[in-house]
Amino acid sequence: MEKKEFHIIAETGIHARPATMLVQAASKFASDINIEFNGKSVNLKSIMGVMSLGVGQGADVTITADGDDAADAITAISDTMTKEGLAE
Amino acid sequence: MVKTIKGIAASDGIATAEAYLLVQPDLSFDKKSISDADAEVSRLKDAIATSDAELTKIRDVAKVSLGEDEAQVFDAHKMILADPEFTGAVEQEIKDQSVNAEQALDDVSKNFIAIFEGMTDNPYMQERAADVRDVTKRVMAHLLGVELPNPSLIDHEVIIIAHDLTPSDTAQLNKKYVKGFVTDIGGRTAHSAIMARSLELPAVVGTNTITGDVKDGQTVILDGLNGAAIIDPSDEDIKKYDKMAKDFSAQKAEWEKLKNEATVTADGKHFDIAANIGTPDDLEGVIANGAEGVGLYRTEFLYMQSEELPTEDDQFEAYKTVLEGMKGKPVVVRTMDIGGDKHLSYLPLPEEMNPFLGYRAIRISLDRQEIFRTQLRALLRASAFGQLRIMFPMIGTLAEFRSAKKIFEEEKAKLVEKGVEVSDHIQLGMMMEVPAAAILADQFAKEVDFFSIGTNDLIQYTMAADRGNEHVSYLYQPYNPSILRLVKHVIDSAHAEGKWAGMCGEAAGDNIMVPLLLGMGLDEYSMSATSVLRVRSLMKKLSTADLKELAERAVNESITNEDNKKLVESYINK
Repeated sequence: MEKKEFHIIAETGIHARPATMLVQAASKFASDINIEFNGKSVNLKSIMGVMSLGVGQGADVTITADGDDAADAITAISDTMTKEGLAE
Repeated sequence: MVKTIKGIAASDGIATAEAYLLVQPDLSFDKKSISDADAEVSRLKDAIATSDAELTKIRDVAKVSLGEDEAQVFDAHKMILADPEFTGAVEQEIKDQSVNAEQALDDVSKNFIAIFEGMTDNPYMQERAADVRDVTKRVMAHLLGVELPNPSLIDHEVIIIAHDLTPSDTAQLNKKYVKGFVTDIGGRTAHSAIMARSLELPAVVGTNTITGDVKDGQTVILDGLNGAAIIDPSDEDIKKYDKMAKDFSAQKAEWEKLKNEATVTADGKHFDIAANIGTPDDLEGVIANGAEGVGLYRTEFLYMQSEELPTEDDQFEAYKTVLEGMKGKPVVVRTMDIGGDKHLSYLPLPEEMNPFLGYRAIRISLDRQEIFRTQLRALLRASAFGQLRIMFPMIGTLAEFRSAKKIFEEEKAKLVEKGVEVSDHIQLGMMMEVPAAAILADQFAKEVDFFSIGTNDLIQYTMAADRGNEHVSYLYQPYNPSILRLVKHVIDSAHAEGKWAGMCGEAAGDNIMVPLLLGMGLDEYSMSATSVLRVRSLMKKLSTADLKELAERAVNESITNEDNKKLVESYINK
């Protein structure tokens, strides 16, 4: 299982467009991918799950990926995080 | 069988096309216990697949006809359909509870809607509840085998038939194919009617029954001049209306010749005719009709067409486009007029008993200053690109005007200090729509640069009659001497202080009202772009010297709205 932490710097947190981008990125992989925030974990392939987490600015989130393409998934998600200005 | 349905003429023009019913179908269902869960799940999957295919098509069409931004909402809908937490939960519910797919979908959807609506600290998420509702409706329709209207998929000429049209409904209509619309409810001043005039589409509103009278695909003649819809017209009808349409366009062509002329009365007095706009896209019509300025830029559309508060930069771009487009001609921008009948999903306002008398317009701006300041900064930055004038809506007291002005000055000073280029000639005025302010206009006139009379609200508040309520629509009386006295007092007060007075309500383009306003000396007339040339042509035939006396009689001697209508009509027919 692959795991990576992110510190959210985007002013509006993870919502709207960035959430969509993260879900789209995660959906390309076969691995089970989850995002954990505030002790709650949801499927990163679920837009409603991600948005219902209500991740705000300054939050620390953990992404976990479990499966054959887990490492690639984490790389792709990290790229999206930077590209969307969500995390550094 | 030919059927003629009467309504209120809301926007000029005549059109003949097929009816397109924009009505929501019945999506009620019965809860059932099922024994074959797999069959039920596969029914669900089919409905989801059909919905998804439909959304793909809608998105692709919308992208071409409406643009990328409008199309994005359908991508969001597709994501919800593909969401394992959503559709997975429905499947689970079918299996666990042995209920039909409709019931399971309804349960899961309600659950998510409740979660999103519960996020009261996050307006964006509250808005997502509407997306879930929309997607649920689509899947439900396919489960039940009924058809949902998809207005953005329209690919041939139609006349839209609806109970009512909201601003967002109209935004989704493709002007290339939509030839006009007929609604059950609304009046000449309803937003659907105003929108129709700004899109230059003929419209008839307030028919009460049209959605029950006409079926999809029937031929309809829409007569926006007289306020009628003719269903299944005879060949003779079609001929007759073809001729009317031709006459109407011939008259328009005649008016067209006045496009580049100044507005001058028969006795050589010059007045300004300006146009009302809602978005920078409306500029095309303003320029095509030769308006001498923008007399009302309704900025609330910037807020209503967005899913969150528009940023300073987004607003700046819109204001700059309008100011540059008008090439130095004056542009009067009204600051945000939200509340009343205009709502923002991302800025929930408290439920009120009387929203028109409640928290709206400047009252919100002065309370939620961060929103107001952002708008003023965007306006100030744009002021370098043209002749900007700003007015505040719903001012009732001098204290309100002073507070708004003070905030404006503060933001201006901050920008100047930062070295941002800002015009030094921005006029600051106010809407005259609250009777208390109109009565005290002589005092206000000392502090403002101009007044713009908003007739719809001024009449509504003076007559104490909701302008959207058909039962009291007889009280919409623009020529009532009590209204005219207020109007005259406002104009005289402005002139006494060397200021100007305009009117940006519907009445400014009205054939009866214009002679009276000329007689009272109103300086600026702002109306739908499509009315500009008609009114310019009318003014050319009128002489202010005669009209002064006419207006005196209307204000001092007449007793009723009807008196004054007859007074002007007999003068014009002479």
